[in-house]
Amino acid sequence: MSTATSTTSPPTPPAAPPQVPAGLEATVGRSRPRGGTVRRRRRLVAMLFLLPALALNLLVIGGPGVSSIYYAFTDWNGFTTPKFTGFANAIHLANDADFWNAIGHNFIYMIIFLTVPMIMGLAGAFMLSRIRRGAVFFRVVFFIPYLIASVVNAQIWKNLLDPASGLAAQLDKIGVHFLDNVYFFGDSNLSLYSVAFVDNWHFWGFLVVLFLAAMQGVDASRFEAARIDGANAWQEFWHITLPGIRPTLTFAIMIISLWSLLAFDYSYVLTGGGPAGSSDLVSLLVNRTAFGSLEAGYAAFIALAMSLLGGIFLIIFSIIRRNEDETN
Amino acid sequence: MVRPRRRVSKRPDSRPGGIGPTPFSYAWLVLLALFAGLPLLILLSNSLKSALELGLNPLGLPTEFDWNNYVTAWNQGNLAQGLLNSLILVVGTIVGTWICAGAASYALARLDLPFKRGFGNYFFVVISLPVQLFLVPLFFLWSKLGLIDTLPGLIIIFVALQTPFATLLLRTFLVGIPKELDEAAKIDGANEWQIATKVILPLAQPGFLTVGLVTGLGAYNELLFAVTFISTPSKLPIATAFLQFSQGNTQLYGLVNAAGVIMIVPVVILFLFMQRRFISGLATGGLKG
Repeated sequence: MSTATSTTSPPTPPAAPPQVPAGLEATVGRSRPRGGTVRRRRRLVAMLFLLPALALNLLVIGGPGVSSIYYAFTDWNGFTTPKFTGFANAIHLANDADFWNAIGHNFIYMIIFLTVPMIMGLAGAFMLSRIRRGAVFFRVVFFIPYLIASVVNAQIWKNLLDPASGLAAQLDKIGVHFLDNVYFFGDSNLSLYSVAFVDNWHFWGFLVVLFLAAMQGVDASRFEAARIDGANAWQEFWHITLPGIRPTLTFAIMIISLWSLLAFDYSYVLTGGGPAGSSDLVSLLVNRTAFGSLEAGYAAFIALAMSLLGGIFLIIFSIIRRNEDETN
Repeated sequence: MVRPRRRVSKRPDSRPGGIGPTPFSYAWLVLLALFAGLPLLILLSNSLKSALELGLNPLGLPTEFDWNNYVTAWNQGNLAQGLLNSLILVVGTIVGTWICAGAASYALARLDLPFKRGFGNYFFVVISLPVQLFLVPLFFLWSKLGLIDTLPGLIIIFVALQTPFATLLLRTFLVGIPKELDEAAKIDGANEWQIATKVILPLAQPGFLTVGLVTGLGAYNELLFAVTFISTPSKLPIATAFLQFSQGNTQLYGLVNAAGVIMIVPVVILFLFMQRRFISGLATGGLKG
């Protein structure tokens, strides 16, 4: 995506050497020390402009983030003075069945989200890019679920997938009974996939919009050239559209991978991680561990492990992106 | 060999795949639109059914509009208070983010800031930090500072979370404004503050509007922090007030759906009026989740 990529490469030119205003220099005469104070003052003003954002950031994110690294190696419960326990939390984590259960679900979530919404998003965007009439309408309809709060989206699908009063009940009226006793959110074999389904229903429209914007940036003459060569729609998609939006694809894969480690809302609202941990995710586990059983130090360690995993993903993706920049 | 065009247009047709097979595209697009839109229509139509009718007619259109669900949900669901709390959260978050990100992006884009690149990179890194990394210490810090279970406490968190992304977005707007404007204003005797507020700010308005929409929507829909930091019923924002209401009325779908409609109507209306800006803003803000 263009904007996000542009923020990585600094668009601002390197700060110009400070210029002493010409008028000042002439009137004051001794330009060097005077110029120095002017420059110092200008830098001070610039720092003052940055200060609120920076201070708030350090208070909420920077400070707690760094202290998290310390707490992760203590037995902190949130209130008492933490005691350093070395790698006790790491050993606890390695043997914690709940953690491995949850992180396994996060990876299943990731695999689902790297395939289903990607395919839907690419298909939707490609077909949208081929039409003119009604394109705005479709784009709006696809995007609305992305705007709606997770709590309401969850409610919609609780209603629809309720075996007593949703789709199943409607099918009953016409004599179709195969959904009668299917508890999408209450069956431990289905709960994780049902949660991912609802989350995907809300998310794929975002990818349509993201991919559509990228597709509209692909050089139109390449499509015309392909058409002259007799390419069909699928060949155009595979040989021109996909390579043309490669940076956006990489970006989408990156954010989906990172989000999959953080997913919280839909599992929390629809199943609370259950039944019997069958749809538990690491973010829910961190919340329960920190604020439920008050093992704040251990929760910080779980969070730190997840953050490291996310950091590894980011490094991999930045290498991929750099290679892309070099090949282009 | 050039295939003959079916439609005569002045510009060459640049759409991928040409115009030949579009009926196929339309068929798929309609299917996808039904997938996205039908559940929303069912939310609306079920909210207008009595419990009796919902049992007889689970998914069809209501035979008569029953507005009682809305009255009951409004009276029992703590929704008015929730909407008011969310309004405070949204306005506080937008204004706070405007101030912090506006000033920071101004320093990054137009002022003689030391370590400019370092600060820019810092904000970029902070965007990709997982919430979990700082959530636990933040919670106990907030309880120590007495900010837990208060709306201002939540606003501070939201502003801090939204500012890095907003700063980088506004910076791209501010960089595009020519430097000569500053010089001209300076010659006219304006100081830094006047240049920022009187000259540059009006020109950066579209950027501020985008930031406002994205951060406002984020604050309205947010769940993780709302559910972790706010517990007093009278302070719940609409998202968690709705969640509580739905958990207390699990099988009363008509009633809870009505509360859901109440919650999403402001967002959907605003979106329909400003869909272009919403979409472009959220597509660029995608990184922050």
